[in-house]
Amino acid sequence: MSELNATVSTSNKDHAERAEVFNKDEARVNWHDQTLWFIRSKRDKAAHTLAEWELLREAASQIKLNVLDNLFLYLQEFERNAMTNGIKIHWAADANEHNEIVHGIIKGAGVSHIVKSKSMLTEECHLNEYLHTRGIDVVDTDLGERIVQLAGEAPSHIVLPCIHWKKEEIGELFSKHMGTPKGNSDPQFLTGAARANLRQHFMSSRLAITGVNFAVAETGEIVVCTNEGNADLGVQLADVHIACMGIEKIIPKRKHLGIFLRLLTRSATGQPITTYSSHFRKARSGQEMHIVLVDNGRSERLGSDDFRNALKCIRCGACMNTCPVYRRSGGHSYHYAIAGPIGSILAPGLDMKKYADLPFASTLCGSCTNVCPVKIDIHDQLYKWRQVIVQDGYVAGGKKTGIGIMDFVFSKPGVYRFAGKVGRWMMNHFPFVVNNKMNPWYKQREMPVAPKQSFHDWYKERQRK
Amino acid sequence: MKVALFIPCYVDQFYPTVAIASLELLEKFGVEVYYPEQQTCCGQPMANSGFEHLAGSCNNLFIENFSGYDYVVCPSGSCALHIKDHLHSKTNEPEAKAIRSQVMELTEFLTDILNVDDIQASFHHKVGIHQSCHGQRGLKLSQMTELVAPQFSKPERLLKMVKGIELIQLERKDECCGFGGTFCVAEEAVSVKMGKDRVDDHIHAGAEYITAADMSCLMHLEGILRRRKSNTKVIHIAEILNGATA
Repeated sequence: MSELNATVSTSNKDHAERAEVFNKDEARVNWHDQTLWFIRSKRDKAAHTLAEWELLREAASQIKLNVLDNLFLYLQEFERNAMTNGIKIHWAADANEHNEIVHGIIKGAGVSHIVKSKSMLTEECHLNEYLHTRGIDVVDTDLGERIVQLAGEAPSHIVLPCIHWKKEEIGELFSKHMGTPKGNSDPQFLTGAARANLRQHFMSSRLAITGVNFAVAETGEIVVCTNEGNADLGVQLADVHIACMGIEKIIPKRKHLGIFLRLLTRSATGQPITTYSSHFRKARSGQEMHIVLVDNGRSERLGSDDFRNALKCIRCGACMNTCPVYRRSGGHSYHYAIAGPIGSILAPGLDMKKYADLPFASTLCGSCTNVCPVKIDIHDQLYKWRQVIVQDGYVAGGKKTGIGIMDFVFSKPGVYRFAGKVGRWMMNHFPFVVNNKMNPWYKQREMPVAPKQSFHDWYKERQRK
Repeated sequence: MKVALFIPCYVDQFYPTVAIASLELLEKFGVEVYYPEQQTCCGQPMANSGFEHLAGSCNNLFIENFSGYDYVVCPSGSCALHIKDHLHSKTNEPEAKAIRSQVMELTEFLTDILNVDDIQASFHHKVGIHQSCHGQRGLKLSQMTELVAPQFSKPERLLKMVKGIELIQLERKDECCGFGGTFCVAEEAVSVKMGKDRVDDHIHAGAEYITAADMSCLMHLEGILRRRKSNTKVIHIAEILNGATA
């Protein structure tokens, strides 16, 4: 039944090229933009109901900074307490180790059909693909994830995986995969159909994978936030529970959880809290519980002053909803498991060459930084990644030549004024030199009207008078 | 008080009237304004493209031009922010540091240093204010919709002193226009779409003019408006405050 979750894309197109394709259907871009702007507006309303909003953000940021400063201590504390609770702890250095560990547990349990609730970490590690090629059938139980899974796509948004799908298209997809009546796109009906279909998978699955939103060092428990209760249902019906988490998901104490739970869904969707904030502390009698803690580049990130605090991220997606570029280019244009501004500062840390384009997919407007509930300096990191990517040689040679010319012109006032004068004269006398298809500015915009006199020339003239 | 006027390169070349309005406006308020004649560019186009490390000679030229003043005033939030955040020098860091603390955007200077509370200008038009991101979120010229914090806006406060002006209300009062420096050509499709959406918001609200404290955003929006042969025009805030009669 379930199809292979496609890798994000196999094509080599960069963000700008993919975004250009996305923009061929302007009505759809408008719809995508407005849908996500609606969520940003809900977030604003929810934030404005709390006078202490900015204090909450600051507190959350400070707690996360403390976690990053003392991560090894908190991880040890978490492991100790979780083991005392009877949980089996596994450590994975990278995505591959993570996948091997999870596969090992599944093989050990002797099952070939499993359910999985939302976990961006397993997307980052391409777990579904890994398991699929080893004969394990994974069913994503989050409705949005199920939709993109049926479509053979990756999620386009970390909180709203199928935000790029219209209900009519989902109706068609369900008709093909679940036999719902053709042409029925009533959301309530389709959700009911998905629910009935998923129920069979829940009932027949003896092993459930979940993600982790927060791992409390003090108690060794994990907290999983869902709106659909799918994590709970999967875990409660299964003999084996595997929870997969990045090592940065730690918070020191249970009392800190309140701060994050108040921020998480207000930032994500404008809800005061997730429908289910489920605490998993120990396996029920007869059940096995495993937690896989994954590094996959995080330790390296921790050692970088400029980029470490991206590890504060709690995966709320607010930066995507507010990003004017994300809203008009779609999640898949980022060709990484995590799209949008936060993805653009996380991805280059994993593979700078492959994701060299992403830090440039931004106007550096700074809205992402302002909505971030844990105050990650996202747009400043985008700027810093650009410097690193260029210095490490991951931009085209032509660009470097162009910038070299620019620096030459701008560092010599005489050359600058001469070039300006010639340029303006050319624009006035031979407009086709700039008004042509080779000039990306001119494609959909007029060039500025070049005046005869620059300000500098005017100023000199005024001085002479 | 010695004030140096820092005119962005594209304003010098394409929008001299904006520079003239900035100069005249400051002079009207009795400021002794100097225009260092060997100035070129702040280096932002290179730095935002990831080539900050190649902008050394450009930075040194900036320092040569702008040392020794009380303030460096610029009619562009973006260029002012770039200097404030990123002007460094291997050979003259103390002077770079001094300039970083002296640079101010024009409306910020009029508000915070000159304490302007009366402007002799009239502009009988419906005007939409575009909050340029670097001025707004970088220099904090206006409060930002993302934050739960008290409202204020330096450009708006100044515009409200202009007789006859009618400021229109936007659906999205501080969304980016999509100019973004080299982004405007590197990500042409998204850049233009963002610009079109901004323009539509202003036009739906009845704007005859779109104004901003940054000409770069306006150059981009103007390009879209002119391609559409729209009647709505762009005008830099300095021109309105200086008493432009449109």
